[in-house]
Amino acid sequence: MLRSTLLACALALAAPLAAAQGAIKIAVLGPMAFVQGENHWAGAEMARDNINKAGGINVGGKRMQIELVRGDTNEMGSVPDATNTVERVITRDKADFLVGGFRSEAVLAMQEVAMDYKKIFLGAGAAHSKLGINVEQNYDRYKYWFRITPVKDVDLVRTTFAVLATVAGQMRKQLNKPSPKVAILAEKAVWVEGIVAAAQKNLPAMKMEVVGVWQPSAVATDVTAELSAIERAGADIVFTLLSGPVGIVVGRQMGERGMKSIAFGINVEAQKDAFWQAAAGKANYVSTLDTYAKVQMTPKTIDFVNAFEKRFGKSPTYNAGTHDAIYLLKEAIEQAGTTDADKLVAAMEKISFTGAAGVVEFDKRHDPVWGPGKSTGIAVQWQDGKKVPFWPPQIPGMQPFKMPSH
Amino acid sequence: MLQDILVTGLVNSGVYALLAVGFSLIFGVARIVNIAHTAFYMLAAYCFYALLVKGGLGFALAGVIAVAAVTAFSVLCYRLVIEPVREHEAAVLIATIALALIFQELMLLSFGGHYLGIPSTLEGVVRFFGVSIPYQRLLILVVAAAMLAAVWFLLYRTRLGLAIRATANDLEVANLMGMNVHRVAMATVAISVALAAIAGVVVAPVFVVDPFMWLAPLVTMLAIVVLGGLGSMKGSLIGALIIGYVEAITVFALPAGAYLKGAVGLLIMVAVLLARPEGLFGVAFEEER
Repeated sequence: MLRSTLLACALALAAPLAAAQGAIKIAVLGPMAFVQGENHWAGAEMARDNINKAGGINVGGKRMQIELVRGDTNEMGSVPDATNTVERVITRDKADFLVGGFRSEAVLAMQEVAMDYKKIFLGAGAAHSKLGINVEQNYDRYKYWFRITPVKDVDLVRTTFAVLATVAGQMRKQLNKPSPKVAILAEKAVWVEGIVAAAQKNLPAMKMEVVGVWQPSAVATDVTAELSAIERAGADIVFTLLSGPVGIVVGRQMGERGMKSIAFGINVEAQKDAFWQAAAGKANYVSTLDTYAKVQMTPKTIDFVNAFEKRFGKSPTYNAGTHDAIYLLKEAIEQAGTTDADKLVAAMEKISFTGAAGVVEFDKRHDPVWGPGKSTGIAVQWQDGKKVPFWPPQIPGMQPFKMPSH
Repeated sequence: MLQDILVTGLVNSGVYALLAVGFSLIFGVARIVNIAHTAFYMLAAYCFYALLVKGGLGFALAGVIAVAAVTAFSVLCYRLVIEPVREHEAAVLIATIALALIFQELMLLSFGGHYLGIPSTLEGVVRFFGVSIPYQRLLILVVAAAMLAAVWFLLYRTRLGLAIRATANDLEVANLMGMNVHRVAMATVAISVALAAIAGVVVAPVFVVDPFMWLAPLVTMLAIVVLGGLGSMKGSLIGALIIGYVEAITVFALPAGAYLKGAVGLLIMVAVLLARPEGLFGVAFEEER
């Protein structure tokens, strides 16, 4: 009796182990207590469930299920925590692949650990060019890194200027302002430096007048003085470059002051559904670059956004690009017929993958190729509590950009 | 530009004064360096958010419950954590840092790292010398002024205030005179934290509520109370005005260096300390006592 009980226990313990041996382990890396990490995990969960339900990944004729490993990087507060998490998921949890990451400072450090172990790392959060430059400068070491979302910082600038030209054009037409005045409101951070310099140089050539540059801290809780000065300068457009909570403060305080100028640029907080509530419903007309909306960027976009909203009760942020990352990985594995990292790198470099955010093809830095029909991102505006997509205008489903009445 | 600086500086000072008064009180009277002071302010903001936005209570009821709950909780924290080590200043400092970090992590666990918004108690904006000021900001100024007046009244016109000042002046003599010094210290902690909680309830609607919201005001508040003279009510008020105006001048005079406004304030604090180590009103405070 005792012997048979022990045998049953041993079999019960061995069963999941056997199942795990037939699984591909993907570590999802992100700050899990924050919206970014929640989206990393949610996007990955959707991909895992859909792929496993459809029979898993075909690796050279053998069907393998996906198993996710949750890696809370705590990267908002600690870069060492993030690198320790990467080390843990690789050495202890035996992850085969890595997806996710958010803060560029943390992801640059996480990239080093992943490359030490020659693990394929699909980024879904960091925009810093250095991540791709590493691949170009030291290919043998960094070739395992690929960026899925967002496009790199330089390409974000391209998109931002293209949208800014559209907004300024509408302003010229509707408000009869031949040379709209632009106030640059950029948090003090490394990622904005190039963009601020480019804006100061290029906006006059685009027939816009730069009235000043204001640089509050990314975590500033009050921008009363900055907004007073911007109002006094007579700005028509507030060109925002904000990734921290200051983005909420700017949106809210602009609304509270009843400012007539329009905020457009990059405002990471404004990409989230919770932004309207966080800004206490004051952030009307605030607009920002974004990644997902119910528009036909690709044939998969609307279905993905609908399914995401149905399952999680909120719309995805660009960190849910882990979904595209895992599907792209599946396609590469099935093409290569193996999970060998070096062979997969070669397959991924040639891939043309249609995801929910765009069509991903990689350049020599393993960054997604920027351009209409590939990966550009979209622009959205908050209108009466709803996030309304308005750019690129030629995409079906886009709606008009609105301005406050003057 | 001058009117912008005058109005904006005053509005900013109101927020800072409200936060600095309570901290100054607890240090000046009970000699407790309560690093968790702004963490209680954060707890009150979360409590107010939960009752108002999630619980659907009205502004007044949610505000009163939030302030009362956080004040009662502070008394518990005092009895369990601060009182046993009160004789050792370094231990109090470390214990209150630990408390603040525990509160931060508890809020992170309960609400996540999301940035939460609280609706304004008063909607609308008024233009003053061509400068827009939301009514909520004016409310903060009024509440700050009322709190300063109330604290002054409490300290100098009531028996409790007399006991608090006597205890602060000489603990042993106060004890020999039959005063319950532990109870007086506890009352001081409660009053101080109640001020922080009121600040949380009134100020949170113009800021963003998140688990790390206690850190930035803590640095500014320390700068203000050190600048004004540790423990001096009057010093805190003047310190708040100085820091508020320095920040406004920095932003208007140096737009691209707006992020430096905090650093400029700290620089002025260091300069004042070099010239007057006791702060602007440190000596005056000693005389008051």
